Formats: sequence, structure tokens, C-alpha cells
Amino acid sequence: MERLDVLKTYKIFIGGKFPRTESGRYFKVEDNNGKLLANMCLSSRKDFRNAVVEARKAQKSWQSASALNKGQILYRVAEMLEGRKSQFIAELMMTGLSKQKAKEEVEQSIDRLIYYAGWSDKFQQIFSSVNPVASHHFNFSVLEPMGVVSVISSNESALLGLVSTIVPIIVGGNTCIVLSSENNPMVSISFAEVLNTSDLPHGVVNILTGKRKELIHHFASHMDVNAVSYCGEHDEEIQELEKVSVENLKRVRINRGTNWNEDKSQSPYYIERFQETKTIWHPNEV
Amino acid sequence: MSDTSQTSSWSYASAPENTDHIVLKEQYDLFINGEFIKPDSKKYFKSINPATGEVIASISEANKKDVDLAVASARKAFTSWSKIEPKERAKYIFRIARMIQERAKEFAIIESIDGGKPIRESRDVDIPLAASHFFYYAGWADKLEYAFPNKNPKPLGVAGQIIPWNFPLLMAAWKIAPAIACGNTVVLKPAETTSLTALKLAEVIQESGLPKGVVNIVTGAGKTGSEIVNHPDLDKIAFTGSTQVGKLIQNSIVGTQKKSTLELGGKGANIIFEDAAIDQAVEGIINAIFFNQGHVCCAGSRLFVQESVAEIVIDKLKDRMSSLIVGDPLDKNTDIGAINSKEQLDTINKYIKVGREEGGEIYQPTCNLPSNGNWCPPTLFLNVSQSHTIVQEEIFGPVLAIQTFRTIDEVIEKANNTPFGLSAGVWTEKGAKIFKLTQELNAGVVWANTYNKFDSTSPFGGYKESGFGREGGLHGLIAYLNVE
Amino acid sequence: MSFPDLSKIPAIDKLGVEERVSRFCKRSIKNAAKKHGLHLALSMIDLTTLEGKDTEEKVKRLCYKAGHLHGSLEGLPNVAAVCVYPNFVRVAKKELEGSGINVASVSTAFPSGQSTLEVKLSDTKFAVEEGADEVDMVISRGKFLSGEYNFVYDEIATVKEVCGKAHLKVILETGELDTLDNVRKASDIAMYAGADFIKTSTGKISPASTMPVTFVMLNAIKDYYKATGIKIGMKPAGGISTAKIALQYLVMLKETLGNDWMNKDLFRFGASSLANDVLMQLEKQESGIYQSVDYFSKD
Repeated sequence: MERLDVLKTYKIFIGGKFPRTESGRYFKVEDNNGKLLANMCLSSRKDFRNAVVEARKAQKSWQSASALNKGQILYRVAEMLEGRKSQFIAELMMTGLSKQKAKEEVEQSIDRLIYYAGWSDKFQQIFSSVNPVASHHFNFSVLEPMGVVSVISSNESALLGLVSTIVPIIVGGNTCIVLSSENNPMVSISFAEVLNTSDLPHGVVNILTGKRKELIHHFASHMDVNAVSYCGEHDEEIQELEKVSVENLKRVRINRGTNWNEDKSQSPYYIERFQETKTIWHPNEV
Repeated sequence: MSDTSQTSSWSYASAPENTDHIVLKEQYDLFINGEFIKPDSKKYFKSINPATGEVIASISEANKKDVDLAVASARKAFTSWSKIEPKERAKYIFRIARMIQERAKEFAIIESIDGGKPIRESRDVDIPLAASHFFYYAGWADKLEYAFPNKNPKPLGVAGQIIPWNFPLLMAAWKIAPAIACGNTVVLKPAETTSLTALKLAEVIQESGLPKGVVNIVTGAGKTGSEIVNHPDLDKIAFTGSTQVGKLIQNSIVGTQKKSTLELGGKGANIIFEDAAIDQAVEGIINAIFFNQGHVCCAGSRLFVQESVAEIVIDKLKDRMSSLIVGDPLDKNTDIGAINSKEQLDTINKYIKVGREEGGEIYQPTCNLPSNGNWCPPTLFLNVSQSHTIVQEEIFGPVLAIQTFRTIDEVIEKANNTPFGLSAGVWTEKGAKIFKLTQELNAGVVWANTYNKFDSTSPFGGYKESGFGREGGLHGLIAYLNVE
Repeated sequence: MSFPDLSKIPAIDKLGVEERVSRFCKRSIKNAAKKHGLHLALSMIDLTTLEGKDTEEKVKRLCYKAGHLHGSLEGLPNVAAVCVYPNFVRVAKKELEGSGINVASVSTAFPSGQSTLEVKLSDTKFAVEEGADEVDMVISRGKFLSGEYNFVYDEIATVKEVCGKAHLKVILETGELDTLDNVRKASDIAMYAGADFIKTSTGKISPASTMPVTFVMLNAIKDYYKATGIKIGMKPAGGISTAKIALQYLVMLKETLGNDWMNKDLFRFGASSLANDVLMQLEKQESGIYQSVDYFSKD
């Protein structure tokens, strides 16, 4: 008798744990032939709320982790992804990618992780300044993470889009709550498993699966979220996001029609977009 | 020999700045396309001297048609202004900086008459900083590719700029200088209570030979402002003012392609540790809250004093407050001038009333306030906590709320416990403590062992609900550029 | 009195001090306030001659000047004191008899203070016995800079005992103290050791008195008063040569210590050429005409 496959149960990723959605709801993901691939958690606003709590809890210590440490952790993520490359390729192929495309996407994702791992202790030097004020003060500007960022991840580019948006956010010391690709959410949860085995502190990345329509409002309205990142071209969604974000003046960053495969879709400016500039003055006379 | 000097106490005689040479028109028109033109609205409103209640001049009220005309002229000017050689662009702006310096005294006096701020401040702070802002950004005009390597920086187009009444000329400089240095053109609206120095700046701009339409100045109140914000042919809105209005503006540009920068309110925490240079810290508290009558978004309006030195600090603070001279803004000895408008005075008095009602213990030194005009003595409140209204809300007046603290963690938590995030102050002689605090405080500007310092090279702007974007320095350029 | 708790002495931020001082200098003193201020300044002057080449004649002329500042101006106050070396105390005392003008004498191996305690005490004792109303001593800066604060304190306290009824002014020689923090520390040590006045400088070291230094000392006096209820006097000396600077010092005094200190019992200017500049300014106030130094007697 042929061995029966053990199917994977996809849950969501909050605070370093894999709970089921508190809503108890699910949505089906099928392959191109309509065959059921997985029942995914249909996350609710309460899941989001819980994730924000975890992200906030983790933020300060993640911010104060050394840049070197952050870089090494991200490098470790890349290592773990490399080690599970075939799994990710297979998972992407299940949802319709050719083997070649799937391989490219996974490899690019690994490279992108390494790219940003390398920036962890360098981007500050690009964007900081010592400002030559006309008084007897030492004056300098440095970057600081915005804090907690909610992310509506790319629908099309399920793994590379996810990596390309969240890694520059976290390498800068932010923590985040991500809504994964709606069309292809499975790979995001597998990526959560990679994160969870890579020394990334719990709560730095939290990943939900579910429907944009249900969650986007909450991603933008939560008063304890400092910024929101959006991937897509849906004008109504963007408008709602911008409108609702006004309430606490969330910083809104839109990635409209970004092709994450391109080299120009990675740069230190993707890190800088989720940083505040802080300027410090001190007298320099004794 | 008789000797009276030993017995009677010495006081300063009044020393008013001479205003004979100041020429103001009775009526000011709009500055559009390099000319002063009558408003389509045919309406004028009065600009009042807040120290006397007297009418200084009539100011045009721009309506939709006027704003349309200003935007159209800016749009037309953009085509050539964005293309002229950057080094020539720079020279125009350098020239404006120089002309402001030449007419500095005139600007300072008008600023004090129109806005109520002490001449010492308009003379020593507002006007020199405004000139230096033009000077600084002029130099950037032909160097932008060094600021954003490989990013091919390009101007945005036409910017609508709305500025507040607390630093009228300086805020105009903060808005106009970087915008035009980057090759944009602008339509700027000064606040309705303080239009005069912006209109004087228009005269300077006219004399400087800046191409017509690069800078347009339209006057009016909130309605004029909303005509600008909602104008479809603007690429950018830059606003400095209250958080409330900032949110309204941000709301109304949602769904448009307009970029925005917002410099909004604040409730700055000023933290005094027991190991601070106490006398200088006390002076820092004074500068933090009483500078410009407290009409400062980054004012240090929440004071946190470590418990072990609270009594001494408060005692010294009260002493120092009693030596502050409140009165005629044009008197060179005045420390605290007039409250900018009757409305603002009402707002401040409302907060003082609330402060008392909620159990705050008020202290105001006795001072002789003039009988006409809008005045508020320097005020502090003791016995208040984080939950008091006057600790939470921006008052925008000379009112300080004092709390004490015991530990570093406690004061960091309290200082950050606000929706605002514009500024903070830290006073300690221990280096590590300064770095710890400056790191932990959620604020765009942190002054350590100083307060309320500004410089054209120094980025200024807030975290959280204090707005977004930076003004000043290299970081202030990006607000007016598209980069790849 | 006892040795001060040095750990409680507040730090000084130099830039903050300079910023505050610049505010004093921006006060505009005009008309009646100017005249009043200049009279006040005159009344606070310790007319000083401390030269190796001083003679009895020179001291006599100075004493005459002290009592006859400028004949053409009505209602001028006298200066507060004449300040000389100990060997001229007797002659100055005689010249000034009945004028109400005090005689101050420097002592303790002025200006360097480099001698033994015995010599310093006998120097002081001599000045007092000759009739000095006030003694201007110097602290041992070398000891201070090497951290021997108790030595400095004890020396002042011992000199104070010898002074008896004479008022003791303690010269810190701030130009040698390097930092404002040291100025503050030395001020506290001097006051707790029994100084009636603290004084910036000997006039022999540059920089002599500066406004930032004086401001730090005024704040020390204020804190000492708050702690003990005792009012200590202040004497900036050297470098205050014009009426304009003197008025800026008075503004600083008024806004730091208040009207209680605005008299010669608690504030002095140690100066040699200040008086004439003040007189010139007063004459200008009266006549409206700018003056020349040639019309004011130099002694």
C-alpha cells in the first residue's frame, strides 16, 4: 500500500507561536486544478490586535539589539532558507509556478536576505549627519525605527515580495505584522517556520493569513501601529489605508506596481522609509 | 555729597525700538506672478497689533479665483524655473538672503508689531535665522545630486505652503527656501494674524529679480488655506500648524497624488536630573517654555524634575520668573511680549482655568501688564500628573506643567506617554545618561543641556502625531524632490 | 561654619552661562536708569592702586580723587574704598579720615599667595593694625588645583580670625582656576571658610574678571544665602574699565541676587580706570555732549 502523505496544517505566526486563528474560520487554497492544497487561517481583527501586542512587546529590545546582531540573525534566516530551498520551491510550484520560476524566487529571496543583512550596520552611516550649526553645539542627526509597522504584503510575489518588504523594515529595528499574499499564503507560513528557527526574537515578525478586505481597515486604524506598508495597485484600498491612517498620522508607504525581481527593488532607501530622523544638540564648550 | 543710589532700588527705563523709519502701507494686495494685485474677492481684513489692539493694515482675503491665479502663475513659472541652470537658481536665493539681512531691522520691528513677540527675539532669532535659511538652501541648488547619489533628484512641481503665526517670516523661509532651491515654485499663505513680514518678503523677492511666479504669496484665513489644500494642480502641500488642522489637511489630500509634509503640535518633555548644572537647567526651563510667549510647537511645556532637586529647582524657577519683563514687544528689555491674538489668549486662559479646576497649584509672578492688548504672565502649575488636561494638551502659551520623578525608567515612560513626539530636553552632566535618554525619547529633536535651539543645517520635525517630514539640513531637501 | 559638602556643589555648563550673560548684556539702560546705574556703580568702586612703583604721593592723590570725583557734577556719591598694599594703609587711612570711604588692603603675599601661612598671617595682621577696614586676601591656587581643598579652607578661616573686625574679601584668582566648575567650588570653599566677600581677581593675571565668572560666583552667593541666610558680597576686579561694562554687571547683579545686593556693602568693582569713564558718561548724560578723557583727572 502506498504511504499516505501527512498534510501540513498551516496556522498563523504571532509572538513566536503558531496559534490557530481565534476566529476559528478558514479559507481554502487550491491548486490550478482546483485541488485543495490547504485550509488557511482566516485571521480576524483580534488576531491582528494580538499580533500588535506581541510586536510592540518585542520592539524595544529588537531596536536595541546591536546592528551586528541583527545582521547575523538575518544572515541566519538566509541560511535556514537555503537549507529548506527544495521545500519552498515545491510549495511555490504547488500554486502554479514553474520549477525555474520557483527556484529563481527562492534564490532571490535568499540573496535579498543577505543583501539587507549586510546593510544592518551600514545604512545608518549613509543617512546620518553631523550638522554644522552656527553655535557652539555638537549637532547630529541619526535614524531611529518608527516602531511597529503593519504590512500588506504582495499578492503576486508570495515569498520574494514578502521578504523584500519585511526585511528592510526589521533590519532597521522595527517589528511588524504582515498580512501574507492572499492568493498564495502557504509559503508565508513556511517562511515563519524559517524565521522561528533563526534566532529572530519572538514578535519581531508576525504573519497572518486572511483577506485584505476584512483586515486592511484594522491594519491602518490601530492606534499603536506607527506605519503601514502596502503592496498593490488597488486604488480603493490605498485610499482607505491613507484615510484611516490620518487618525494617528501613521506613516503610509505604498509600493505601487513594484516588481520585486528587479535589482532596483532593493536599496537602503527601503530601510530609510521606515526610519525617523532624530536630531540631537549638545553644547561643546567646557 | 548726597547719595541716593544706596537706598532706592534700580529699575530699567523703557527702551522702545525706534519705529520712525518703518513704512507700512494701509492696504496690502496679493503677490501673484511677481506683482501686487487686488484680490478678486475685493475683501480685506484687518491685521491687529496684539500689544495695543490697534489696526496696523488691511490685508487681502484671497478667494478661489485668487488662489487659481496664484497656482497658475506658479505652474507657468515652474516650466522655466525648474530648467534654469541650478547655479543661477542658487544666486537668486543667495540674493534674497542678503536682502533680508540688509533690511533685518525693518523686518524685526514689523514682526514684533504684527505678532507681539519681543524685539529681542525677532531681532536676534527670527530674522537672522530666516536669512540663514535662504543662504543655506541657496547653496544646495546646484549640489542636489550629492545629497542623493544615483537617485537623479528632480523637483516636484508646484508646492502649496501654509504657515503659522508664531514665527511668521522664519516659517516662510523654512518653506520657500528649500522648495525653490530644489527647483519648485510655490504658493504660500501666511497666517491671517501675521501676514505683514511675508508681504514684506514679497517686496524683497520682487526687488531681487526672482523670475515672476516662482514665489506667490496669497493672504487669508482658513478658507483661503483650504482652497490651496484642495487645489487640483498642486504637487505638494507643506503645512506647519496644529495637529488638528494637519489631520484635516492630510485627510483632504488622500486619494490625490499630492505629497505632504506636516509640522504639527507638541508637548515637549524637559527633564532635569539631580546631577544637572542646576542654574543653567533653570535657565533652560525658562527658554523652553517662555520663548516667544510659549507659542512654540516644540516648547518644553512638560517639566520633569528629579525629586531630590525638585524643591531647589522650583524655588529657583520662581525667582527667575519674577525677573522676566512682560510688556511692550518693541521694548528692547522685554522678555515676554503680547499673546498673538485675542483668540489665542482665550485658549490659554481656558487652559489655565481648567488647570486650576483640576486641582493644579498655580504660580504666576506679579507683573504689571499693560491695560490694552493681549497679555498672559509666565505661569507654572504644580501638583499635576499625566492625567491632567494641561499636561496632555498643547496650550501654545507661557504655561508650564511640572511633575517630579524618581528613576530614569519612570521619566522615560512618562515623557513618551503622549501622542506627540516633536521635541524633548535632557539636563544632566553624566554623558552616558544623555545618550541613554536621547536614544529613548521619542522625539524628532532632543536638546541635551540646552533647549529651543534652531539652525538652518539642523533637521527639525516630529515623530507620531507631531507630523512627518523634516525641515532644515540635508534631510529637509527630500520633501521637495522626487528621487528614483 | 564648616567645610562644604563638595559633592553637593552643582555643575556649571559654560555655554549656558555664556548665553545667560549675553542676555544681561542686551538690556538697554537709558536715561534716568542709566544715571541711577552710573551713580550706583561709582558708589561701589574700590579705587585701586597696586603697583610696584606706588608711592605715598600716589596713594595720597588717589585718596583725594576718591573724595573729589568730579567737581562739575552735582550729587555724586563717593567711591566705596581705596585699595592699596599694606604699607600704604596708614597714609590712606589718614587721607580718608571722616570721608566715609574705607581703606582696603591686599594681603597674604598678594598677588601670588606663594608664602608660608606665618608670613600671610603677619601680612594680614599688619594691615589690620595699620587700620585697614577691609582685607583682600588671595587663595592658594596651587593647592586648590592639586585638590588640597582643606588646606585652602583652613588658610582662609585662619586669616579670617586674624582680620577681627575688618571685612575679608577672598580673591579666587579665577584666571588661574581653569574651569567654571572650579570657580564655583572655590567660591563655596571661601564662603564656608568665612569670607565676607568673594572676589574674582588680583588684576595681575589675565583674564581678570569676566561676566561668566562673576555670574557663577553670584549664583554661589545666592545658594549660600538660601542655605545659611548669610549674605556674602561680590567683587569683580580687573577688566571692568568702562561704564557700559559696569552697567552690564549691575544688570547681572540685579537679575541674579536682586535689589538687596545693589549697594556697596555687598557689591564692589575693583577698578582703577572705571571711575573716569563713568564720570564721562555722567557728564554726557548731563550735557548731551560726548566727552574727552582730557577733561577728567587721572590719579
